[in-house]
Amino acid sequence: MKRFVATLVATAALGALAFPALAQSGSKTLEQVKQKGFLTCGTNTGLAGFGLPDDKGNWTGLDVDLCRGVAAAIFGDPSKVKFIPLSAKDRFTALQSGEIDVLSRNGTWTQSREAELGLLWAGVNYYDGQGFMVRKKLNIASALELSGASICVQQGTTTELNMADFFRTNSMKYEGVAFADINEAVKAYDSGRCDAYTTDASGLYASRLKLVNPDEHVVLPEIISKEPLGPAVRQGDDQWFNLVRWTHFAMINAEELGVTKANVDEQLKSTNPEVKRFLGVEGDFGKGLGLSKAWAYQIVKAVGNYGEVFDRNVGANSSLKIKRGLNNLWSKGGIQYAPPVR
Amino acid sequence: MTDETVSFHPAYLRGEAALAQPAPITTSGPVAWVRTRLRSGWLSGILSLLFILLLVWVIPDLFRFFFLDAVWSAPDGSACRAPGTGACWAFIERKIDFFRYGSYPSEAHWRVDLVLIIGAVLAARLLWPAGRKGMAGLLAFLLGVPLLMFLLIPGPAAVMREPATELTIFAIGVGLAALLEATALSTGLVSLLFFAVYPIFVVTLLHGSVTLGLSIIDTNLWGGIFVSLLVATIGIVVSLPAGVLLALGRRSRLPFVRLFSVVFIEFVRGVPLITVLFMANTMLPLFVPEQLTPDRLLRPLIGVAVFASAYMAEEIRGGLQAISKGQYEGAMALGLGYGKMMRLVVLPQALTLVIPGIVNIFIGLFKDTTLVAIVGVFDFLRTVDTARVDPAWSGPTISATGYAFAALFYFVFCFGMSRYSLMMERRLSAGRRH
Repeated sequence: MKRFVATLVATAALGALAFPALAQSGSKTLEQVKQKGFLTCGTNTGLAGFGLPDDKGNWTGLDVDLCRGVAAAIFGDPSKVKFIPLSAKDRFTALQSGEIDVLSRNGTWTQSREAELGLLWAGVNYYDGQGFMVRKKLNIASALELSGASICVQQGTTTELNMADFFRTNSMKYEGVAFADINEAVKAYDSGRCDAYTTDASGLYASRLKLVNPDEHVVLPEIISKEPLGPAVRQGDDQWFNLVRWTHFAMINAEELGVTKANVDEQLKSTNPEVKRFLGVEGDFGKGLGLSKAWAYQIVKAVGNYGEVFDRNVGANSSLKIKRGLNNLWSKGGIQYAPPVR
Repeated sequence: MTDETVSFHPAYLRGEAALAQPAPITTSGPVAWVRTRLRSGWLSGILSLLFILLLVWVIPDLFRFFFLDAVWSAPDGSACRAPGTGACWAFIERKIDFFRYGSYPSEAHWRVDLVLIIGAVLAARLLWPAGRKGMAGLLAFLLGVPLLMFLLIPGPAAVMREPATELTIFAIGVGLAALLEATALSTGLVSLLFFAVYPIFVVTLLHGSVTLGLSIIDTNLWGGIFVSLLVATIGIVVSLPAGVLLALGRRSRLPFVRLFSVVFIEFVRGVPLITVLFMANTMLPLFVPEQLTPDRLLRPLIGVAVFASAYMAEEIRGGLQAISKGQYEGAMALGLGYGKMMRLVVLPQALTLVIPGIVNIFIGLFKDTTLVAIVGVFDFLRTVDTARVDPAWSGPTISATGYAFAALFYFVFCFGMSRYSLMMERRLSAGRRH
């Protein structure tokens, strides 16, 4: 009995030692980052267009460029980021424990994740959603024409449920062919086992490249679910939250104002008051974020505006060739919208 | 006298000579081999035929896929996407630096090469059993390993890219090997070099040091083959001594030592490696002060070492139990203390007995290093898995090519270990052959 009590006391002491470390969730993230000299950013372990090391092992992608943008805003140097590839299982723990400063890992923004996990989504840098891919020769222009089709899908995912809902609401019939492994599903579709293949739209474009003849397939315009992907931070540090959110907004504003990576130096001489404020020629809008007044200039100079980042990583200039769609500016038919800098 | 012996001949002894047998059919040569091995009966004849058919069915297709239809060089994935093409070796060639070094900055690749070469030289010197007469074999090994690592696997193109550095590093390796041979250092001194000096050298060179003017390269950039080798080597180097200590501890008469060993072994053996890795990854940071938060690469290293130690301990305990009590008593009668008795009498016999088991654990460990990928470490298999996703290369045959390459890599290393252990077994048991 005595030994048991002693063990208990020892365990409790260990626990007491351990928990201060856990409770520390950095209310002054910006200060810590400045002190460390680099930003710690959680990324995907490998997702084409979003977070993927290239031939030399350098990280590239839409999510990666957001982190580079944050680093550029703070340090004026996009290389001051340490990327930590995280699996789906330990991505949120890593953020909660303070191991990473920002999680930019194509995480879907959902109510429960914000309300229960103690996280905040700083914005949506990619509006994803479930779509369908079919063969061009079927001459189908809309998902509503898919009645009676056989559809390859990955088993046990929300994708499967979304598809069931979609077909039921539109009172259409379909034959689902489920595979445990996503690559199996793509292969089956390619070999003609199914008429269509469904997964998140960004995934459809990536899968299309694995097909024998990618040009013979087309992604249908309908998006049947909402998957807003974006960077997340810990709750409890509003300054840091603002910084990440405004990095994303700065990239969108830059596109709206026509400021690009190439012309940003020229734009410093612009007479447009909005551009002047944005680039810090007039007023000091970085101060409230804890940054210099050239913060937005540094972001655009380093990674470019949102349109450039999109095109380079997932859009027209990449091999994924994803259309802007929902991710276009609000003024061009999309829903990417940023509050003004003033 | 003789007659009497014959007359009292017991019934169970044969009285007359056995009949002469016809001369045996030749048992050597190819014809005999086919007759005795392939169709010694109708069943084995059918089995032989089936297996030959299986080979005929499988091999041409594999050969066509991996060699005849393969794409050997291409600037990007488009050539590999053409219908009917086989393995895309161009993909491997393009990504080989990523497979070898992960995100390690390219201008510092020489550091990794140097570490690997020197490690190979020291390890070869330690592992090669015969000191002086092993010279030829040692050199063959030294030339073989680097050649394998730097010429065959990456393809000649990678060497051509930076011939100067690769050759310099290779020369350093050969020079060091020659030096080791010439100075005829004792094995003890070499192991001191390997176990004490070399690790410091590895950490300094790989991680960098400001005072030496080497830029700091954080472990989150480490990856690829060298990380796999690092994890496996640490696991192997730590688990053997730790396993011996735990095995002795479990048989110890001191209650706390025994309790600790039993709890450690049973606890670690009772959970899967994945659990140990997750625990090392998420719990370790909670139990140490904030400033000491272990590096993300160090955590799985600790996890793997702990896991392998527990298995090693049980394997060695098996060996210890096979040693008869007489050996212990004999050693004690000679006046040897516990340490000397174990070191000079018991352990050498026990370890020799369990070589197959130990190597089995090593091989398992080497392959288990792929599991560190789930805690975000870019080991070799993970780099293959990631490179496969690259949209510039993705195509129908990319995954098959990547995984075939990974399989080849792991096979070469595991088969090498297995052959080495067979050789050691033969050498060490030479004295007990009857």
